[in-house]
Amino acid sequence: MTNQTPPCPECDAEVEIPADAMENELVACPDCGVELEIMSLDPVGLELAPEIEEDWGE
Amino acid sequence: MRVALLVTHIRAEEKLIIEAFNNRDISPDIILDRELNFEISSGPGQPAPSGSAWREYDMVFERCVSTSRGMYALAILNSWGIRTFNTYETAAICGDKLRTSIALTRHGIPQPHTRVAFTPDSAMQAIEDVEYPAVLKPVTGSWGRLLARVHNRDSAEAILEHRQTLGDYNHHIYYVQEYVDKPGRDIRAFVVGDRTIAAIYRESNHWITNTARGGLATNCPVTQNLDDICVRAARAVGGGILAIDLLEDAGGNYVVNEINHTMEFRNSSQPTGVNIAQAVIDYVIEQARVTA
Repeated sequence: MTNQTPPCPECDAEVEIPADAMENELVACPDCGVELEIMSLDPVGLELAPEIEEDWGE
Repeated sequence: MRVALLVTHIRAEEKLIIEAFNNRDISPDIILDRELNFEISSGPGQPAPSGSAWREYDMVFERCVSTSRGMYALAILNSWGIRTFNTYETAAICGDKLRTSIALTRHGIPQPHTRVAFTPDSAMQAIEDVEYPAVLKPVTGSWGRLLARVHNRDSAEAILEHRQTLGDYNHHIYYVQEYVDKPGRDIRAFVVGDRTIAAIYRESNHWITNTARGGLATNCPVTQNLDDICVRAARAVGGGILAIDLLEDAGGNYVVNEINHTMEFRNSSQPTGVNIAQAVIDYVIEQARVTA
């Protein structure tokens, strides 16, 4: 995957995508800190990650 | 070997798990829990979201961040005879603090003094029975969410009224524990099968020490005593791949606080020097081969 820096859907900052990124991986926006989910890789598509639900955890 | 990795999304732990499978020349199919659509009575011949029939998988490794999705998926898969890690039974016990307390009691594992009540009045009595400070926890939930350390009757009344008024029925199960005056840290130990492979101290100035809440992870030596109580606790809930959370009481004795069945470990391999993901994956591969 070539280096891509798609815009954060929340604040429009550039989000650096790791070279080994996977679909459905979570990344954080470096500016606003929102959690994002990589929905596609080529080209990279980002969406806001689902809100944490009450039963989420470990 | 065909492996399905069932996830809500890919976190750091799932990337490490995929890498660990790849190190053993296994490429797991990633299945998103949001895409599950089971027909309960049709059995394992029906296709998974990957397109393969469920019965083609030698194992399903469940790593959902959603406890309820993961637990019910395991219930269905196990009912069809699909091998899963962990099992539904283990997940159902660990996903419920009350059921965990019952299992620990049944197996004689030390834990904080715990009471359960179902109304605000009886919960107040339970709190006063364990004495202040007491700890109120939801029976389900993680990451230290909605825990309350209750110091006196005024705060107990306020918390109970809020829970009764604002919470759904789950929050009307009042799970009350004594507060263990731990030494600024707790212990998270990682049990894989019959072995404690690593442990960390989680240090914090806050009484909630979860690393998700900022607790600092450092290596905790796995002594014979620690291994013994952790392995016994793991067996008490059905065994598998588990993170045992322990407290040290004023006498330095261990008490088991919680057990996690889809543990996070991203902050734990570096301080312990143990490749936790690889140890876990090597175990599940071995188990799948032994029982195939």
